[in-house]
Amino acid sequence: MSFKLPHDLGGEAAGPVDRSEHASAFWEQRVDAIRELTRAAKLDGEPLIRVDEMRRTIEGFGTEAYEGLSYYEKWIRAMTSLLLEKGVITTEELGNKLAEIDARESGT
Amino acid sequence: MSFAAGEHVRVRAMFPMGHVRTPFYVRGKAGVIERVVGRFDNPEQLAYGRSGDKKMLYRVRFAQRDVFPDTPSANDTIDVEIYEHWLEKA
Repeated sequence: MSFKLPHDLGGEAAGPVDRSEHASAFWEQRVDAIRELTRAAKLDGEPLIRVDEMRRTIEGFGTEAYEGLSYYEKWIRAMTSLLLEKGVITTEELGNKLAEIDARESGT
Repeated sequence: MSFAAGEHVRVRAMFPMGHVRTPFYVRGKAGVIERVVGRFDNPEQLAYGRSGDKKMLYRVRFAQRDVFPDTPSANDTIDVEIYEHWLEKA
């Protein structure tokens, strides 16, 4: 039984690094802004979300998600997971908000 | 356990669950303390929201061939920063 996670790939064949630059989408800038807020905010005197917690959560997604999700997709998933874990938001609130946005976007 | 620059060390061959920052490829490998970096909060604890577990961090230099045997040059090295509880005297 090995606890080797998908990020720990030093020395393995992993293909070339994609060095192409691209403009960030608006939603990605919003995710970045939310990340800054969760870094600065405090919960019980501790930073609300530390970088170490982000990494731990992202590395725990499993190989398929770790390799398949984009940078900011990983960030928003990790922040959502940590905010649920810490009781800052509830699954019910998240579900209701997503339904509200779906309804707004579809114009119903 | 504390170490000084130049001391020979071995990375402990431990494989626990958790937010381990010691890469798999250096576990069990021998190297030399390149420098003492300083005391920092242990990321294995920070990852679960707990601070205050200060550990000494060392920069350890390995011969690249010891880590990856097919390295062409015997002079190539790899530096990895490793916390004290992952090191033992070699």
